[in-house]
Amino acid sequence: MLATDAQTSQSSLKRTPLHALHVARGGKMVPFAGYDMPVQYGCGVLKEHLHTRSSAGLFDVSHMGQIALRPKSGKIEDAALALERLVPQDILALAPGRQRYAQFTNKSGGLLDDLMVANFGDHLFVVVNAACKADDEAYLGAHLSDVCIIEPLPDRALIALQGPKAEAVLANFGDGIASMRFMDAGARRVHGIDCLVSRSGYTGEDGFEISVPADAAERLAGALLVNEAVLPIGLGARDSLRLEAGLCLYGHDIDASTTPVEAALEWSIQKSRRNGGVRVGGFPGAQSILSQLEQGAARRRVGLRAEGRAPVREGASLFADAASSEPIGTVTSGGFGPSLNAPVAMGYLPTPHATAGGLVFAEVRGQRLPLRISPMPFVQNTYRR
Amino acid sequence: MTTLYTADHEWLRIEGDVATIGVTDYAQSQLGDVVFVELPKVGRALKKAEAAAVVESVKAASDVYAPISGEVIEVNETLAAEPALVNSDAAGKAWFFKMKIADNTELGGLMDEAAYQKHVA
Repeated sequence: MLATDAQTSQSSLKRTPLHALHVARGGKMVPFAGYDMPVQYGCGVLKEHLHTRSSAGLFDVSHMGQIALRPKSGKIEDAALALERLVPQDILALAPGRQRYAQFTNKSGGLLDDLMVANFGDHLFVVVNAACKADDEAYLGAHLSDVCIIEPLPDRALIALQGPKAEAVLANFGDGIASMRFMDAGARRVHGIDCLVSRSGYTGEDGFEISVPADAAERLAGALLVNEAVLPIGLGARDSLRLEAGLCLYGHDIDASTTPVEAALEWSIQKSRRNGGVRVGGFPGAQSILSQLEQGAARRRVGLRAEGRAPVREGASLFADAASSEPIGTVTSGGFGPSLNAPVAMGYLPTPHATAGGLVFAEVRGQRLPLRISPMPFVQNTYRR
Repeated sequence: MTTLYTADHEWLRIEGDVATIGVTDYAQSQLGDVVFVELPKVGRALKKAEAAAVVESVKAASDVYAPISGEVIEVNETLAAEPALVNSDAAGKAWFFKMKIADNTELGGLMDEAAYQKHVA
């Protein structure tokens, strides 16, 4: 056991502005998307996960890409319409002070990345996945630079504070926090620092994501951690939290081969961009996506709950019954859900099989384990809508 | 009674021709929170270095290899309901299985306590 990993040159890994803090707090550092990141701290993944759902967890997500899109005309509508060239979402109707979940699509209707977009009045603020940020920046440049100045923001850190106590903790550090509702976003002075704050996250809990200048990040994180309700949380728990929340992980549950409809993300495509809407299509893969929105797709992402206690992991084949030889689908994310005290997974099944309550079988170490198709989220969201 | 160790972080307690096998405290600290243990069936014949059991943490599965050859005569049923015992008492209550030793000479290749402590230092 404990087969040693191939040696990684630690010096070639990038560091976020909170690297020293992670090490000082006992972070177990691992490579992730080219960064040296904490997978857990001393408490362990289970405790960190449960603490986030009962109290408040602090996450360093500075490895993600933050990008400002500034309209050359000075009119935000121009930036919004330009971004709509790349996403199936309605960005024009996104009001100042609001944020929305979106995806970059490719010409087959598959996904290049998923992202958050916020309207900050005079510019759009975009947060993309770490592994895709270089490609996304180039992509935005290639398609929007006639209308927008694309400004990557590498000198900003991103800190998430998630859990039922997040509001009470953060409200101690500035005004205009408690009044925010889910997906509100805007400039806020936090601990005397000019930040960009959204009431959003990747855990299914109420919480905030705070963009802070890199040189103030350690001071802010340190101040938040003084509150005994707050613990630092690593990437291990970040993954188990988002899995229980039914949230996709790019590169695993969604990728260039999955359309938003197959991925059960059609809720994120507003009416205005669909057939019959005021600005139909106009994004890559629109033909496939619009047709799937009306007729459904051949396969669908579903939640899966193991009937036993053995975790079922990414890559496991799914079968219609215990004996058949032809797989009908695959598990794209899977692990143990600490809040459920049970294994949970997500995968794709042919649409006729993808009904809640149905039974499928995953092949794990040569055995066929029964999985019950389950609605998601597995754990109830606690967003302050 | 002798306790021996493998380079792969398993321990064996030898009493006569029976070996009780588990994973070391070092192993559990590297694995993280254990959520599931899969044990071999009683009666199974194991060859040295064969994958015998699986330990699942929140993030990943790890194989536990048979440190010596023999027949599985008993498994620790408690681990089914309490996998976290591996984290809290790896060297004691969280034993995995007992084997009837097939070949005593295989014990010669294993480490004693002092050698194992050096190995993980």
